[in-house]
Amino acid sequence: MSELQRPIHEFSGGLDLPGHKAQSTGRPIATAPLGQHFVVPLQQHIGEPTEPLVAVGDRVLTGQVIARAQDYISAPVHAPCSGTVAAIGDHAIPHPSGLQAACIVIDSDGADTWTELPEPWPDFMDRDPAELRERIRWAGIVGLGGAGFPTSVKVNPGPELPIHTLILNAAECEPYITCDDMLMREQADRILAGLAVIRHVVGASECLIGIEANKPDAIAAMRAAVVSSGCPDTHVMVVPAKYPSGGEKQLIQLLTGLEVPSQGLPAQIGVLCQNVATAAAVADAVLAGKPMLERVVTVSGQGVAEPGNFRVRLGTRMADVVALAGGYTDRVHRLILGGPMMGFALPSDELPITKTANCLLAASAAEIPDPPPALPCIRYGRCAEVCPALLLPQQLYWHARARDLDKTQDFNLFDCIECGCCAHVCPSHIPLVQYYRYAKTAIWSQERDKARADIARRRHEFRQERLARLEAERKARLRKKKEALDAQPKGAADPKKAAIEAAMKRVAAKKAAAAQQQPEN
Amino acid sequence: MEFATSSSPHISGSQSVSRVMAEVLLALVPGIVALIWFFGWGVLINIVIAAIAALTAEAAVLKLRGRPVLRTLGDLSALVTAVLLGLALPPTLPWWLTVLGVVFAIVIAKQLYGGLGYNPFNPAMAGYVLLLVSFPLDMTRWLPPAEVAQHTLDFADSLRLILTGSMPSGMTWDAMTGATPLDQMRTGLDMNRMIHEIRESPLWGSVGAVGWEWVAGLYLAGGLYLVWRKIISWHIPAGMLGGLFVIALLFNMIDAHTHPSPLFHLFSGATMLGAFFIATDPVSAATTNRGKLIYGALIGILVFVIRTYGGYPDAVAFAVLLMNMAAPTIDYYTQPRAFGHRKDGNG
Repeated sequence: MSELQRPIHEFSGGLDLPGHKAQSTGRPIATAPLGQHFVVPLQQHIGEPTEPLVAVGDRVLTGQVIARAQDYISAPVHAPCSGTVAAIGDHAIPHPSGLQAACIVIDSDGADTWTELPEPWPDFMDRDPAELRERIRWAGIVGLGGAGFPTSVKVNPGPELPIHTLILNAAECEPYITCDDMLMREQADRILAGLAVIRHVVGASECLIGIEANKPDAIAAMRAAVVSSGCPDTHVMVVPAKYPSGGEKQLIQLLTGLEVPSQGLPAQIGVLCQNVATAAAVADAVLAGKPMLERVVTVSGQGVAEPGNFRVRLGTRMADVVALAGGYTDRVHRLILGGPMMGFALPSDELPITKTANCLLAASAAEIPDPPPALPCIRYGRCAEVCPALLLPQQLYWHARARDLDKTQDFNLFDCIECGCCAHVCPSHIPLVQYYRYAKTAIWSQERDKARADIARRRHEFRQERLARLEAERKARLRKKKEALDAQPKGAADPKKAAIEAAMKRVAAKKAAAAQQQPEN
Repeated sequence: MEFATSSSPHISGSQSVSRVMAEVLLALVPGIVALIWFFGWGVLINIVIAAIAALTAEAAVLKLRGRPVLRTLGDLSALVTAVLLGLALPPTLPWWLTVLGVVFAIVIAKQLYGGLGYNPFNPAMAGYVLLLVSFPLDMTRWLPPAEVAQHTLDFADSLRLILTGSMPSGMTWDAMTGATPLDQMRTGLDMNRMIHEIRESPLWGSVGAVGWEWVAGLYLAGGLYLVWRKIISWHIPAGMLGGLFVIALLFNMIDAHTHPSPLFHLFSGATMLGAFFIATDPVSAATTNRGKLIYGALIGILVFVIRTYGGYPDAVAFAVLLMNMAAPTIDYYTQPRAFGHRKDGNG
């Protein structure tokens, strides 16, 4: 089937945003030189943190597992270089909370000596999907589009959710970010190889590659690679450049017309979505036996001298990556991790690159001005028009502001993907997404409190029950004893009493005798 | 290097409240020019008086409420209220009635509810209705359009009349002013005259009345500009004009002698002004798309009902205020289906 025959569907809402992509696509991806210190966070994914396998002073080799997954939804962490473990402890990490988290700090020996790697599996088609999933899990691969969900878990929806369509998310709809674009231009074959592996793992009958129309070079490269690789039923589909076409649910709707059910998974409608960089990492893991040690990071914005894309080892200091892009210009105003719509502002560049760090946007004040003061909502209504989740942002805002959390849920707060379209068009400049995040966090914390209260209540009830049982048992014992006493014949001589009386009598007799023996003066 | 942080999204569009209001004012200009052309300088004098009163009243209340005065006046919402009310007033209205209406609109209908964004009723219409109910005589005295008028007022005459109430020498109210076309139509029909008889007067133009149909047409043009600029959505005007058209057409088909044509309804009175500039005030209107259509259609129907059977010749202000009350309920029952809530689960 040719691409022309497959219709592109539409998703509601969305925005036409200026792309600002060209500034970082002028030169090929550059490989960053190996740094001297690496800070590797123990958690770079959604799920449970990992457990360190090394101690301070240990020598590690490149690619060695230094922290293992403790739980199913987790991803191991590997040494990005050979060297010595300098420290294990809390370190600032890129996280919206700004809190510190456990990291392993490695001093590089500069040699980049690799550990022994598992054998490459070019014959992956003959291997069992479970085996391949285990390899993907070992490699520590997570969703590289930004969310960081462990890939080995995502490609295992279970037998009750068969996957018919595998979607490669190459939309990259956020302004400025070009790391996926450049990867497709340069390594389309590697991406398609990874796609073939994932397709074999999930057993999808067709693959759809969704790319925004503003990436003609990537589209051409991927089309050529599809033809040369001979992948059957694989289609490159060009979607209009409209934010947020790269949202998982939006891309699925664009390519298939299917709607992922509210709070459900794409697998429920037989679809699985993977990011292009994730597919490339899967190719490395399976076809080369290499774990995930590096990623491509876009460095862009008017705040850096020479924007571009860089292949960076995980754990590299962000400031070093910015230096590769010629360092900051005088105009730098904000540093954003991710794109300007959904990324978060970093307080500092003394933070490590993690698996999900797709873009460092050093923006000027012209690109990202300070937010103007918020005015009252005039119910202008553009927010509802642009909401891709078809929500009523105003109502959500009113109820979140009034802390009416039940009402926010009535208005489907949890279908909000926090894409920021509503806030972008708001004429009153109300930070709407902030209100929704607040309401979501408040609801989660309420639920946690309620769960805790439930546990406390159950504990209390259990204790009351236990006390009541003990009391009942004690009473029963007393009653039995009393009954036993009552059962004895009345007036019967108690041997103890008799003994005491006898002793008293003897004492009295002794006293009397002593009184008689006293001399009479 | 350290950086300041802020919450995403980090970029925003160029839209702002003051821009929205400025576009509305711009879109009103053609209609206002036509009003001045046909009905004299009194229109402009009213608007200026209303603007001064509105800005002063808003500033005073903001000061009392301890809110930033200049920044809030800069949102231009008070100016929009003043212009909408000012152009709706008869061009001979004594200045203090204009001031009273505007102060009521700004202080009672807007600021006492919390200011911009919190008023349940359209402030301009609240002020208009206060004046119409309290001072019916002054409020229903309109000048005839310049083309057919025997006497016209120049700027100085208008100013003197509005500020001091003194007529140019030899003039009387009866000689100079008359009822609005809608009023004449209504009175004529009440006297059992046929529409073709009523329309024999030189006041009548091709669809509506001389002058008025031009003003309505230019409001329509300004309104379409706002739709094109995405300042307002098409739903409320379409609902209101559609609702009014359909019900007027039904009655017109039943009896064309006693029920004016639907186009007469659309191009008379405040229909066009109401459809594009008043009913679309987002603060007091319905917000969902389906809700806007229903809200607009009900306003259109109410306008017809009041014009035909009610106590007032025009009805846009009453209809809008009545539907303002219904807007929250309409919104509640017209929520769109959120993404992923489709019953069959797929497309």
